[in-house]
Amino acid sequence: MSTTTITKLKPEPPKVIAPNLIDNFSRRGFLGAAGGLILGFVLPSKSAAQQVGIPPPTIFAPPPTGKPMAYIHIAPDDSITFWITKSEMGQGPTTACSQMLAEELECDWSKVRVQVAPVDPASFGHQTTVGSQAIRTTWVPLRTAGAQAREMLTQAAAQRWNVNTSQCRAENGFVINTSTNAKLSYGSLAEDAAKVPVPANVKLKDAKDYKIIGKPVKRLDTRAKVTGQAQFGLDARVDGMLYAVVAHCPVFGGKVVSFDATKTKAVAGVKDVVQTSRGVAVVADNTWAAMQGMKVLTVQWDEGAGANVSSASIRQMFVDRTKETGGIARKEGDAAAGLAKAAKKIDAVYEVPYLAHAPMEPMNCTVHAKGDSVEAWIPTQSPTTARAVIAQALGIAPEKVNVHVTFIGGGFGRRGEGELDFVLDAAEVAKQVKAPVKAAWSREEDMQHDYYRPASYVELSGGVDADGWPSVLQAKIACPSFGQIRDGVDSTGVSGIANIAYSMPDILVDWREAKTIVPVSYWRAPGNNQNVYFLECFFDELCALGGKDPLEARRHLLTQNPRNARALNVLNIAAEKAGYGKKLPAGHFHGVALHPGALNAQIAEISIAKGKVKVHKVVCAFDCGQVINPGILRQQAEGAIVFGLAAATKGEITLEKGRVVQGNFNTYDVTRMDESPAIEVYIVPSTESPVGAGESCNPTILPAVVNAIYAATKKRIRKLPIRTMNLA
Amino acid sequence: MASIKFNLNGKPQTVEASPEMPLLWVLRDVLGMTGTKYGCGMALCGACTVHLEGNAIRSCMTAVQNVAGKNVTTIEGLSSDASHPVQQAWIELDVPQCGYCQSGQIMTASALLAKNAKPSDADIDEVMRGNICRCGTYQSIRKAVHLAAEIKAKGARA
Repeated sequence: MSTTTITKLKPEPPKVIAPNLIDNFSRRGFLGAAGGLILGFVLPSKSAAQQVGIPPPTIFAPPPTGKPMAYIHIAPDDSITFWITKSEMGQGPTTACSQMLAEELECDWSKVRVQVAPVDPASFGHQTTVGSQAIRTTWVPLRTAGAQAREMLTQAAAQRWNVNTSQCRAENGFVINTSTNAKLSYGSLAEDAAKVPVPANVKLKDAKDYKIIGKPVKRLDTRAKVTGQAQFGLDARVDGMLYAVVAHCPVFGGKVVSFDATKTKAVAGVKDVVQTSRGVAVVADNTWAAMQGMKVLTVQWDEGAGANVSSASIRQMFVDRTKETGGIARKEGDAAAGLAKAAKKIDAVYEVPYLAHAPMEPMNCTVHAKGDSVEAWIPTQSPTTARAVIAQALGIAPEKVNVHVTFIGGGFGRRGEGELDFVLDAAEVAKQVKAPVKAAWSREEDMQHDYYRPASYVELSGGVDADGWPSVLQAKIACPSFGQIRDGVDSTGVSGIANIAYSMPDILVDWREAKTIVPVSYWRAPGNNQNVYFLECFFDELCALGGKDPLEARRHLLTQNPRNARALNVLNIAAEKAGYGKKLPAGHFHGVALHPGALNAQIAEISIAKGKVKVHKVVCAFDCGQVINPGILRQQAEGAIVFGLAAATKGEITLEKGRVVQGNFNTYDVTRMDESPAIEVYIVPSTESPVGAGESCNPTILPAVVNAIYAATKKRIRKLPIRTMNLA
Repeated sequence: MASIKFNLNGKPQTVEASPEMPLLWVLRDVLGMTGTKYGCGMALCGACTVHLEGNAIRSCMTAVQNVAGKNVTTIEGLSSDASHPVQQAWIELDVPQCGYCQSGQIMTASALLAKNAKPSDADIDEVMRGNICRCGTYQSIRKAVHLAAEIKAKGARA
């Protein structure tokens, strides 16, 4: 049940452990039972954020105060186990992180096994998998760890042969004596290698020498996922476990006054009904019984002030707020003056609704409170914080909570740092039930108690110069905060528009908070998933206003700044591969969009029939720096496009009387197979430091499709989702 | 409570359960076979798809009493070693991302191929549109169904 355990370690005592880790491991008992050799590496304490955008150093000196963050375990049978600290929700860190370790370790890929690391801040730092950072934050540390291990194994071999290390070469799980061609396997060297001091300086490989990085290595988790063996959170099973379903007040901010469980307790299989800080839970000996019990539970809620809130009232508040002064997020020149002198100008209001994450696996968490310790099985992006949530709820030290991070049935930002309400539910239920308990949410509960993608409203004004080139842009944004307000601006709230790459003399982007009762948080590409739509569609309006081709105008305004070279490159690749400007089948139209912040351009080919848009094909050109695994990268681009398409064409969470109207996939539908376009992804070869990939491509598809609709109909869709009536 | 008998993955199975309990929860909670997933509970997403007499059905809306005496196949019973042509194709093309919906996708695809040895894209779209994949693996699924058809055809010829 420790999950994602692709192989189990033999229960032998460790023979040799790097001295800096032995205490930690034995104290926790985490690896105490693991066999063979464990090499732990001191890695930099330098924050991941500091590394972003900085080219990887070829020589790397870990400071002595650094935290060990990556582990390689080499067993006597030559099997190699990597501990992975990033949550696997489909985006592939299990495989990609292993590739980075294996590349520098020079091991036999077929012998690599992977285990999910337990929560252990002392060893692994703060474990969280958010913001498309799994690769960029481990890019230097994991390769360094692999290189250090390779170096130590090489030195151990050199000592055994009594030769200089320059006579030794590490390759495919062996150290080779280049004079005699003698070979020693890593397993046979591991014990001696662990006695070698961890080298302070190791040289990382040049990109031209990569054997595993950048190669379409098969995912390590596929087989488990096609046989039903992969263990997700909802699949956790513990002896004697009970099943709880939870309900929260239908109105945001409301709470339980009282409940009558008489009918519920009469349902066969129901064991108990308990109150939690945010609602109630029915506990039964199976999920179905708990659900049946919940149906007949009478709860009196104090709905609070939220009961008066509706989508209409929220929208009016957004409108009112835009009249107020906002914090300035981006200022170039003088937008007011630019508008005054523009040859032509245009105003438009754009808006997007709340969106639910709707991952396929609804929220759930399993907690076994055993008195002085706790076992928890959690499908979470942020296990360190999840552990703290459980510890606090149960009044126990975090070190006493053993977290098993399971496979995650879709994250998209729903299961991260600020969104661990489902963990709290389980802990609060477990505290009251004298048995291990799995607390699960129904689909309806999941959809109606999300931390939503915030609705957003923007008043846009812009103009073109005498030559018709877009020359001025003003954006006044009102939206709920992501909790990152600084100097009056929420950086995420303006992400995707404040970083506009087009060179225009006059730009003003400002932002003001529009607080509502609706809980909001990160939703795949937060900020960008709304603002790239606003910017790229309104920019398309400016192109039309100036009589410019949308592609040509983008090229023209990108070319003026050499910093936009990579953005221009993806735009050009997408245009060429899509055959932009060439004849399309009758009734087919192209739309162009660029996401300069995530360096991808997309061209959507659509047609419209019976008032409905059909997306036939999407060409995506993507530059995310050094590619670790092109297969997984393609998956992420394709999947994000399908995800974004749902936001463009279907997704909408609305409120009436403080309640979410939608409840299941019949009222909140998502992209389905027959609506999924042919997607061509072109990856730009690069040796730049890798950047995130999971959230890069979903914002771009929205404006690509909407701009194609304009090409087809001359109608601007300024409010999502695209509605059939708008295309009639 | 009732004692209900059916054939599960080729073997006789007896369960003690409420006759109204959906097969999904019998499989998952009573029998501990968690390969079949809960996604919506309303036959809207396909994550719970299993075979009943070879047909793809949504186990979340199928009362266990309705499978009495019948043959049920789940992802665990599709093959013992991931050797079913659909599983082979899924592995070859690395279809899954998060993987949560894939048991259902595979069960729907395998039932499709049992009836239609060489489905067109349109055939695939029509049948598979009932299975949601939030990660958006649809393009890979479409390719993998075609590949599975080829693998199956080769197997039949061999």
